[in-house]
Parts: sequence; structure tokens; C-alpha cells
Amino acid sequence: MRAMVYRGPYRLRVEEKPPPRIEHPNDAIVRVELAAICGSDLHLYHGLMPDTRVGTTFGHEFIGVVEQVGPSVENLRVGDRVMVPFNVYCGSCYYCARGLYANCHNVNPNATAVGGIYGYSHTCGGYDGGQAELVRVPFADVGPAPIPEWMSDEDAVLLTDAASTGYFGAQLGEIGEGDAVVVFGAGPVGLMAAQSAWLMGAGRVIVVDHLEYRLEKARELAHAETVNFAEHRDVVVSLKRMTDYLGADVAIDAVGAEADGSFLQHVAAAKLKLQGGSPVALNWAIDSVRKGGTISVMGAYGPIFSAVKFGDAMNKGLTLRMNQCHVKRQWPRLFEHVRNGYITPAAMVTHRFGLDEIAEAYHVFSAKLDGCIKPLIVPGAG
Amino acid sequence: MPHTPYTPDRPPMPESPEQLRARIPGWGADLDPKDRPAVPQERHEPEGTGARRRGFPERQPEERPRERSIEHGTLTPVFGTSAPLRGLSGVVRRYAYRRFGEGRAAHWLLLIAADRVDVVESTVLDAVRGRPDNLIAETGVRGELTHHGWSSRVGAGRVDVRHEALDPLIVAGPWVLAGLGVVAGVRALVRRARGR
Ligand SMILES: NC(=O)c1ccc[n+]([C@@H]2O[C@H](COP(=O)([O-])OP(=O)(O)OC[C@H]3O[C@@H](n4cnc5c(N)ncnc54)[C@H](O)[C@@H]3O)[C@@H](O)[C@H]2O)c1
Ligand SMILES: [Zn+2]
Ligand SMILES: [Zn+2]
Repeated sequence: MRAMVYRGPYRLRVEEKPPPRIEHPNDAIVRVELAAICGSDLHLYHGLMPDTRVGTTFGHEFIGVVEQVGPSVENLRVGDRVMVPFNVYCGSCYYCARGLYANCHNVNPNATAVGGIYGYSHTCGGYDGGQAELVRVPFADVGPAPIPEWMSDEDAVLLTDAASTGYFGAQLGEIGEGDAVVVFGAGPVGLMAAQSAWLMGAGRVIVVDHLEYRLEKARELAHAETVNFAEHRDVVVSLKRMTDYLGADVAIDAVGAEADGSFLQHVAAAKLKLQGGSPVALNWAIDSVRKGGTISVMGAYGPIFSAVKFGDAMNKGLTLRMNQCHVKRQWPRLFEHVRNGYITPAAMVTHRFGLDEIAEAYHVFSAKLDGCIKPLIVPGAG
Repeated sequence: MPHTPYTPDRPPMPESPEQLRARIPGWGADLDPKDRPAVPQERHEPEGTGARRRGFPERQPEERPRERSIEHGTLTPVFGTSAPLRGLSGVVRRYAYRRFGEGRAAHWLLLIAADRVDVVESTVLDAVRGRPDNLIAETGVRGELTHHGWSSRVGAGRVDVRHEALDPLIVAGPWVLAGLGVVAGVRALVRRARGR
């Protein structure tokens, strides 16, 4: 089968690989119809994630058709069209029993500090991902769900991560009626968090980024006020000014390890790998939220230390909440919101690439060219 | 700067809930925390997947020794089998897993070092196997031409343009350094062979 293969930082190509096998009785093999590239994939692509091996296939956002099932699979049949949450999880361990699917203890031998994720390095379990024609889906009875027939493929593929994560990010913010919410990052995760904040009763939603085309999307799609941090000498002060010098009630970090805004922090983290992630957006969140406020961290950081301003967080009495998203847990409610048009994941899709063009797709998304917000990969095309 | 008195009240909402409801589709649909899926935190997996009934999962066969974190009490019953350890990078990775827990910087720094070794090993190996890497195609820089590299950046006020110039250095730099190292090494050997 053809699959995207990592060759080193900023480099990948398409190769012919042996097709995945049923390796466990509850495995399924899924033929991928549509996949997406996530902001998280960029951290791998840039070589930030420890134990990212040459020859592995990325991709944790995908939908497709069940091609083969293991002997113990009860809930799926060959031919079913399924959407697969980005979490690999067992459904029965201590964490899964508490709904913490992202923290499953039975699927990642390489690390206890993170659960299992498709196509996300050996640090997340060493599973090949869905930017390929076929993919192995462990615990097929647990994660995948049939795509409702009213749902578009674009909505379905975005619900496997970005849309669910944005919604989850707003929830962790514990937003109350009338709260002022600042969302750092106007990528797919940030845009979905901004839309979701309104559902939870936010009184104001402010989105911060430096890419004007994305801020435009935040205004149009998420009805948000926007701040282009490139136009502010000190964005924290500007945000204070906008919020009566108290600060916002809730801040959501939807940026993560490669945050811009400080040349030194960015280069130290993203280019030289001297820290687990550039904490610029997280520090802005800590400093701009009001005392006693809540910070929800959806942005991903590596396992090494980062220069986070913990003293400020402590002295301000902040609540910091964070996790990888427990995707399937969001679905029943989120499906209703998508059906009602309250959340519009598909509206973020800007590009489609065939599998053969995937190197270009990564470059365009990584360098934020051509107004790119969310690129999809169509393995069957090209 | 206008004078901002600090009072016990929270700042008024710029718009009333009615106005927000009229303007924003779905405003307040999840106002009641009970409607939010992550509440309460300790909620058990809805029955129906069969996973809880079946209990501890059957073990996937360990066809080759699988490296694992020493913070795990056992090999997890299910694991990925992509890109098994091999070569020098494999030796370094195996050592990182066996020797250091996840709380130690050495664990992760060794894994990152092994990633770099892996790139060199794999590039050489595939060149020998007749599937050499095509740096231009693999970096996808063609996207600069097909997707408006210039106009996407110039005049857009983006801050990332400043460090993007470093990217080619990050990609090509190690190869240039390795090349210079090889040249210097060969020179030194030649000099020694000639008895200086
Ligand atoms: N927790 C989870 O389960 C989960 C799931 C998906 C993605 N993520 C993480 O969420 C983050 C965002 O993902 P995405 O797909 O939206 O990525 P993206 O790269 O499309 O978006 C990131 C945005 O942040 C902006 N940005 C950079 N520095 C900033 C700063 N200092 N302040 C404000 N904005 C800044 C960028 O311009 C970009 O628009 C990533 O770190 C990703 O790994 C986490
Ligand atoms: Zn993701
Ligand atoms: Zn589990």
C-alpha cells in the first residue's frame, strides 16, 4: 500500500509499504478515504517529538471503510464507514474507566506520560497513522464509530480531532455566563474553541494570532473580536486594557510548542530543541488572565522542560487545566451541535491534496501559505 | 489613559444574553454544566463497547523484543509495531529506554539524539538500496511556487518570516557539517599516510 513516510525534519515522501496486519484479535484494518494534517503533525514534521523514527507514517485524523476485522471484534463489520478518534485506547483500564481515553494505560509501552495516538511517534506508542491507504485500528470495538448518514465527510474527519479538541478546550476553561474568554491561536483548534466558548455562555470571545487571514476567519466563523499580536508592542498589556484591567476570566492556549512572538523562545524550542516547547502563548495566557482565572491548555508541548512562568500562575491563584482530548466522549453532544449548525468544522477546510502531493501539503500548512487553515489528504486521488 | 476605578463588580457584559442569543447560533446551549460531556470528570465508559466486560485485554504477540518505559510494570497488551529498533540509533534508543525513567532529561535527550542518528543512517541506507532521498521533493518547497509563497508572506505582517530563514539551515546544515567533517577527516588521513 502507499503511505506517507517520515524521512527526517522537514522531509517526507510517499513509499510503497507492506499493508498493515491484524496483530491483535480486536484490531481492524481501515481503508482511509479522507485524512487531515493537524497542527500536532507539524511538531513531528519539524523534528520536535523525541523518538520520531524514519519510516513511520503520520496521521491521526482520518475516516474510512472497514476492510478487515479481528476475531473478537463485535461492533464493526467489513464495509462499515467509520470515523476514528485520534486516541488509541482500550476502554477498560483505570483511566478509560474514568473517561480519560487520552490517558489510556494499556496502549503505549514507550511512555506512561502520554497515551496512544495514531501516527504520532514512538513516544505515543509507535503506531502508524492514517496518511496512507490503509491503517491498523486497535480496539476496533472501542474507538471507531459509524459516520452518521447526515454528516459530511469533512465534518467527520475534523471531529476525529480538531473540532473535538476545540470544544474540549472550551469545557476545560469552565466558562460561566458572561465570561470574557481569550483564545490564543486561530488555527483549527483555536477556531473551534472560540465557537464553543459561546455555547458555554461566554460574554466575550477574543482570538489572538498574527496571521490576518486566520483572524478574519475568527471574526467571520466564530463571531470573535480579534487581536493581531504583531501589531501590539505588548499584547498582554493590550489584553488587560481590553478587559478593564482585570484580565480575561478564561484563557485557552491553542498554539502549543512552536509559539511565535518571541524570536529567542521560538528558536530555542522549535529550531534548536533546547526546550520542550516555546511557552510564549502559554505565558501570555498566564499573564493576561485575571487573578483566580482559568487557563485551558490544548496546545501540545514536548516531554522536556519549558520555561513556563509558574510563579505568576501561583501568585495569581490560577487554575490550569489541560489534557489531550478524550475525543469520543465529546461526540454525542458535539454531533448535536454540528447538526444544529452551532459548530461548523467543515468551514475551516481550505485545501485538498492527493497522497502524492503530501510533501507539498505539509510545506503549505507548515509555512501557512495560500490562506491555509486545514488541509485534507485524499489517499484515493492522484 | 482613562481612569479605571477598581470596584467589587465584574465588568458589565458588552451585550445582553438576549442580544448574544440573537447574534450567535447556539449561544448558551451548554450553559448548564450538566450538558457538557466532560462533567462530571469521573464518568464511566458507557457500556456497549464490550471492553469493560472483557476486562484486561488479550496480549498482542511480542514478535520481537519491544522496548518499553521502565515506568511501566509490564509490556502493555497492545502496542505499535512500526519501525522497530535497528542500527546505531536502535542501540541508543534501547539504552535510553532501559536506563532512564521518563522523569530524566537524559531519557529524552538521548531519544532526540537517536532521531538525528536515524536520519543519517536511513539516508545512507536508502541511497545504497537505490532509493535515494530527493531533498527538494521531500521538503515540498515546490509549494512555494504552486501556493503563492511570496504573496503569502510579503506585506502580511507575519512574525514567523523572521525565523523561517533558518529552516533551510536546519534541514541542510547538518549535512553540510557532516560533509565538511568527512572532507577534513579524509584530508587528515591522507596527510598522515603521506607521513606529513
Ligand atoms: N490537546 C489535544 O488533544 C490536541 C489536539 C489537536 C491539536 N493540539 C495542539 O493544538 C495546537 C494547535 O493546533 P492547530 O491544528 O490549530 O495548529 P495550527 O498550527 O494550525 O495553529 C496554531 C496557530 O497559532 C498561531 N500562533 C503562533 N504563535 C502564537 C502566539 N504566541 N499567540 C497566538 N497565536 C499564535 C499560529 O499563527 C497558528 O495560526 C498544536 O500545538 C497542536 O499540537 C492538541
Ligand atoms: Zn491532532
Ligand atoms: Zn485504557
